[in-house]
Amino acid sequence: MDWLTTVDHKKIGILYMIAGGFFFLVGGLEAILIRIQLWKPLNNFVSADTYNELLTMHGTTMIFLAAMPLLFALMNAVIPLQIGARDVAFPFVNSLGFWTFLFGGILLNVSWFTGGAPDAGWTSYAPLAGTTYSGDHGVDYYVLGLQIAGIGTLIGGINFLVTIINMRAPGMTFMRMPMFTWAAFITSALILFAFPALAVGLAALMFDRLFDANFFDPSGGGNAVLWEHIFWIFGHPEVYILILPAFGVISEVISTFSRKRLFGYSSMVFATILIGFLGFMVWAHHMFTVGLGPVANALFSIATMLIAIPTGIKIFNWLFTMWGGSIKFTAANLFAVGFIPTFVMGGVTGVMLAAAPADFQYHDSYFVVAHFHYVIVGGLVLGIFSGLHYWWPKMFGRILNETLGKLTFWTFFIGFHMTFFIQHFLGLLGMPRRIWTYLDGLGFNEMNMISTVGAFLMGFGTIFFLLNVVITAFKPQNAPADPWEDGRTLEWSIPSPPPEYNFAQTPLVRGYDAYWKEKMDGHTGMTPAEPIGPIHMPSPSILPFFMGAGLFVAGLGFMYAKDWGNLFGSFKTGYALGIVGLLIVFGSMFLRSVIDDHGFHIEEDEILKDMEGKA
Amino acid sequence: MMKRWRFVKRLAPLMAMMVLVLAACGRSDLSTLNPQGPVAEEQFGLMKLAIGIMMIVIVAVFGICLYVIIRFRRRKGDKTIPKQVEGSHKLEIIWTVIPVIMLVILGVPTVQSVFNLAKDYSKDPEAVQVIVTSHQYWWEFEYPEYGVKTAQELIIPKGKTISITAKSADVLHSFWVPSLAGKIDTNPGSNVNKMYFSAPKEGVYLGKCAELCGPSHGLMDFKVKSVDESSFDRWVAALQEPVALPSDPELAKTFESKCLSCHAVGDLGGPAYPNLTGIGSRESVGGILINTDDPQYSNEGSVYDNLYRWIKDPEEIKPGNQMSGAYDLTDQEIEGIAKYLSELKLNYE
Ligand code: HEM
Ligand SMILES: [Cu+2]
Repeated sequence: MDWLTTVDHKKIGILYMIAGGFFFLVGGLEAILIRIQLWKPLNNFVSADTYNELLTMHGTTMIFLAAMPLLFALMNAVIPLQIGARDVAFPFVNSLGFWTFLFGGILLNVSWFTGGAPDAGWTSYAPLAGTTYSGDHGVDYYVLGLQIAGIGTLIGGINFLVTIINMRAPGMTFMRMPMFTWAAFITSALILFAFPALAVGLAALMFDRLFDANFFDPSGGGNAVLWEHIFWIFGHPEVYILILPAFGVISEVISTFSRKRLFGYSSMVFATILIGFLGFMVWAHHMFTVGLGPVANALFSIATMLIAIPTGIKIFNWLFTMWGGSIKFTAANLFAVGFIPTFVMGGVTGVMLAAAPADFQYHDSYFVVAHFHYVIVGGLVLGIFSGLHYWWPKMFGRILNETLGKLTFWTFFIGFHMTFFIQHFLGLLGMPRRIWTYLDGLGFNEMNMISTVGAFLMGFGTIFFLLNVVITAFKPQNAPADPWEDGRTLEWSIPSPPPEYNFAQTPLVRGYDAYWKEKMDGHTGMTPAEPIGPIHMPSPSILPFFMGAGLFVAGLGFMYAKDWGNLFGSFKTGYALGIVGLLIVFGSMFLRSVIDDHGFHIEEDEILKDMEGKA
Repeated sequence: MMKRWRFVKRLAPLMAMMVLVLAACGRSDLSTLNPQGPVAEEQFGLMKLAIGIMMIVIVAVFGICLYVIIRFRRRKGDKTIPKQVEGSHKLEIIWTVIPVIMLVILGVPTVQSVFNLAKDYSKDPEAVQVIVTSHQYWWEFEYPEYGVKTAQELIIPKGKTISITAKSADVLHSFWVPSLAGKIDTNPGSNVNKMYFSAPKEGVYLGKCAELCGPSHGLMDFKVKSVDESSFDRWVAALQEPVALPSDPELAKTFESKCLSCHAVGDLGGPAYPNLTGIGSRESVGGILINTDDPQYSNEGSVYDNLYRWIKDPEEIKPGNQMSGAYDLTDQEIEGIAKYLSELKLNYE
């Protein structure tokens, strides 16, 4: 019950982690099934229809239900601590964001059990995603599930923006903010601009599907290419929404375990902002073959190549952070160091793809599959693993087992390169992507087999991680406040796990790497910026849970209105259910507005008692 | 420093080897790395340039990375605190400027090539005009100058520029012949696309659909067959000839009522689905059942066997295709029709 009503950012972070982790396993299982189907030519392990469902759900799940939430988990767990805040700006909204994400994700996955998951690809290009060619409810689940989950992401992003702008401890200027916080800040800004585009696109697609509108259906006067533009105006920034926080994690981990401050901090900040900005300018590089004409193709080619510059700056800054340092190879740092060359490989193939005439060859081939997995698995997932190993003690008060952590790294890392490196060549040799099977004798067999073996290795890596989590959960909760001993940022100055109110006294920040600076000046903790006093906390609330559930019910109702028959004469049962769902949502909003809730206080003596216990 | 250079030196020949191996990689009728026509060659040139530049980046980063990892690992019990370096403007400017230079080297030919490949040959009297229309899951090729249509197999005269006008009859597909030219999407509605290519050598090249278009997307293959010019002319002429129905009147009736409601042969039948004129001399049935008298794989067989298999159960071969369940035939009728069709040849080579 406690977990259903919590508004504490640390617990919400854990909720995001559990849910995102669960969906990661689901998406991973889908990937393994895909790879089993492709291990040999003309295989019949799954049917063509099922394959397209697996493919679509794998992509959608990994991006929206695994990667984003896992990043939100880290952001929730860490950002308020890094900036010396007691919570996020809007704790209630934070919990609402989690529950809408979760219910949206569940809605999407319900489709497996109701006769047909979405099967038009995670990009759901029209008109394939329209009712003419996808007559069952699969794509409806995609539209409504993502719409609901998207609300969660959008309000989560806004929340982080406000939190980072408003709630920094005294002395924490923007140019003293840790890199992870900076990355989260830019990511949140991207979410603010990109997700409304997705919402609009999904709404239009929803009108096409549920109410027979014709936004994207050429036979009714709509335009299929319009969907591609809307999708990628969201979709390209989305990639940066995913990767920037991973950059942030890497910056923190590398710097900590090199015992050195981040090299070129200000150029890192600048590069992050530039990447965020350019991320919005290059969406059409997903559409070089659509027929936009040479002028558009040339412009988007060049704009895309430009991204290599700030990205390169970051790479070399990381390398020179390690240069001259004292590098300790913990599991977290292995993931971070492994990230660098892997991500560079994803980056250079990105530049190759940016050359439009060459992309006429790469596009929609396995070369692209290899490229984006180098970026999102080799970049993002390694980043997330790194962050989880790094902040696990802070989140749970227990240090993950290092040996198992290293085993996770090596199996996952080797499996990853085995799976995806070879796919570059499959693409160059003429294998298109998103294919259910391939003919024999084309020269694809051996490489596909290797790729499948690699995927299994990655699966084992993930299992080792789960094992690690379970084993660690049975250990005593005895991690020190600064378990890596070289902690630099504020979160390492408070106990692991932190008390409910994070900071008994708001710290005074006197420079970049605030905690490190105090340690170097011979202090054992932060200088407080305020005396000890009662701390105001927001009350827990069940309303966000109900709002998410209401949206879920409404989505199901509207989706099935056409098939479920009538209630009271001609009124459709589905609409009735939809309205009930919406009433739950609005009712909860109403209650939230009228109930006067001042929260509660944690009293001084309780805080003092905590401090003694930990000291 | 020494270590790093030794590493680069050791790696350089390896990379060079890789490029060489790459350059002769894969089936020459399918691989983008083994281009068989000027358009694919131009694209391959750009690919090689990009790969070359990127190899330099990779070697540099990997080199520094390895050096750093080995040189600066923490020794046991080391408590010293390294110097906290803020950054270095000089270095940061270097690694901003070098990429800029590399991007200029790549960017200029890219832009040139973009415009070069966007040339429009659709009004050129020297070029062969072809209207490509994609369908779930087959390809239609129309030659407006000659008034003929065919399916699954694009016959072209070698050396001539082929000017493609591409569109779709249903969902998005993409027209791709890797060894001859990159792909162009086929869009439904009014977004019609143009591209061109040519094949200087005779031969059969494999083409694929590259845009997810439904369950049988991966099986939406076609062939491009380049023949000499006089063969091409004979092919066009043969395609314009009328075609006789099966000699057995019973079978002819069945064929007309069950098959020609959708398909056409010669001047008979309907245009909605693949034109079957000359199907007996095509390279494949349905784009994927390869016709050969020496079958090695489960998707290969004689023309007759392939036709029989396809007509018997198209759903088994291409799930979700629109021929599935559209007719009802006895086994004997299928045999008869398969035999008739397998003998429907065009004499042009
Ligand atoms: C367990 C490791 C993974 C394996 C073995 C794997 C494998 C695959 C394969 C084989 C495809 C299909 C390619 C095709 O037929 O075109 C695919 C597609 C995709 N994967 Fe993964 N993947 C893995 C992890 C991930 C992760 C972690 C993400 C994102 C965070 C991801 C995102 C995607 C996306 C977006 C697609 C495209 C789906 C589409 O085209 O609709 N994958 N993956
Ligand atoms: Cu297709």
